[in-house]
Amino acid sequence: MIHCYQFEGLNIVLDCYSGSIHMVDDVAYDMIQWYESLSAEEVIEKAIAKHNISREDAEECIADIDDLRTAGKLYAPDKYEYLARDFRKKNFKIKALCLHVAHTCNLNCSYCFASQGKYHGERAIMSYEVGKRAIDFLIENSGFHKNLDIDFFGGEPLMNWDVCKKLVEYGREQEKLHNKNIRFTLTTNGVLLNDEVTEFANREMHNVVLSLDGRKEVNDRFRVDYAGHGSYDKIVPNFQKFVAKRGNLSYYMRGTFTHFNTDFVNDIKQMLDLGFTELSMEPVVTDPSSPSAITKEDLPVIFAQYEELARLMVQRHKEGRPFTFYHYMLDLTCGPCIYKRIAGCGAGTEYLAVTPWGDLYPCHQFVGDQAYKMGSIYEGVTNLEYQNRFACCNAYSRPECKDCWAKLYCSGGCAANSYHASGDINGIYEMGCDIFRKRIECAIAVKLLTSGLDQPGK
Amino acid sequence: MTRIVTIETRDLEKSAKEGGCGECQTSCQSACKTSCGVANQPCEQLSK
Repeated sequence: MIHCYQFEGLNIVLDCYSGSIHMVDDVAYDMIQWYESLSAEEVIEKAIAKHNISREDAEECIADIDDLRTAGKLYAPDKYEYLARDFRKKNFKIKALCLHVAHTCNLNCSYCFASQGKYHGERAIMSYEVGKRAIDFLIENSGFHKNLDIDFFGGEPLMNWDVCKKLVEYGREQEKLHNKNIRFTLTTNGVLLNDEVTEFANREMHNVVLSLDGRKEVNDRFRVDYAGHGSYDKIVPNFQKFVAKRGNLSYYMRGTFTHFNTDFVNDIKQMLDLGFTELSMEPVVTDPSSPSAITKEDLPVIFAQYEELARLMVQRHKEGRPFTFYHYMLDLTCGPCIYKRIAGCGAGTEYLAVTPWGDLYPCHQFVGDQAYKMGSIYEGVTNLEYQNRFACCNAYSRPECKDCWAKLYCSGGCAANSYHASGDINGIYEMGCDIFRKRIECAIAVKLLTSGLDQPGK
Repeated sequence: MTRIVTIETRDLEKSAKEGGCGECQTSCQSACKTSCGVANQPCEQLSK
């Protein structure tokens, strides 16, 4: 399967199953597409008629296309479906936990998927004992994995910061004893981000996600405290101090865009103006009936924004002022292997969320949905039926993905989004798919436009 | 090839033989959390 598209004068051909990417001139762009369904001779004749080129020239192009086909870089067949069938039959192990250390929050953002951190339940914080047992549970069930991930999540994890720190200390002891490498990450709204947190996080946290929606009026539309006051003026100086001390360590300034700010590139520009360069901006996850929900009518605007963002990245790259947009990051040569591309995030199998009480869920997005309770850190995973359902959920489990060129970039998408949109983890969230495809097109285009390579014929 | 430039990318078919160690960072596909998407995931073996 191939996917052909144009961006900023570039003709781009993606070969789905080999993962190959080609930049081509206008003649090859047409010929590669025609050659999917026509014979070589028919393609040559069409090319001569449309592009006014010589027969010799057209034959040379067909020969090049044939060479790429022979090399497995064009029209590569799907050889992976058997891997999808067998992949999770292997004895998978747990390698990541999302620790819900605080089911409470000091902000009251109405668009919060976690209902202000409560996950539609009671406010609670995780005790040290529960957290410690969660780390033991992870190590006990991690098997052959050396690298383990633990994310301090909420609600707002800094509302239970002392426990987070003690858990890091405990994790550091245990990783040595068991020959593991634990990567801790923290997601925070910044309200309680102070020098002490900064110093600790810069020493211990592999990645830190900072929540800011961009422009003050955009941020303060939703990100307000319980008195209704916007958080921007409080959190921005905290984030700036934090990032100044972060050095080369990984962080992401993460914004949410909604129906109310589909012009989200202006929010990215605001983040850049504030001095942040590692950026992420995500569509809101909320009930479709919410006024903030993205609508189908928003999509053309959103697509245009992603294109504008791509142009901004290329321009700043040329000016020597590059920035990172999380979803345009692609490692073309050292990216994920085919297993990872098929299997996706590992929710419900390799990755689990732990509530303040020690209950296990497939991921943070299922927390509070009793049907999806998987077990607990004390008794382990007991809901084997659901575990198996998640094990079988991948890039090949959804009929809608069968003919989608992007499936080995998205692995079939987010199971939680699919569930919330369709009632089934093996359904799809169609608008999410549309947005994802646009982002990958732009991401690849940015890669090519900043690669220093010239498109043939230009 | 005068009309086609092929970009260097990881050979997915080859990765079926050499990949699958599972040591890469856990990815999160959900938009509510910027953890690590699959598409932008570095391979733990190759990026060493």
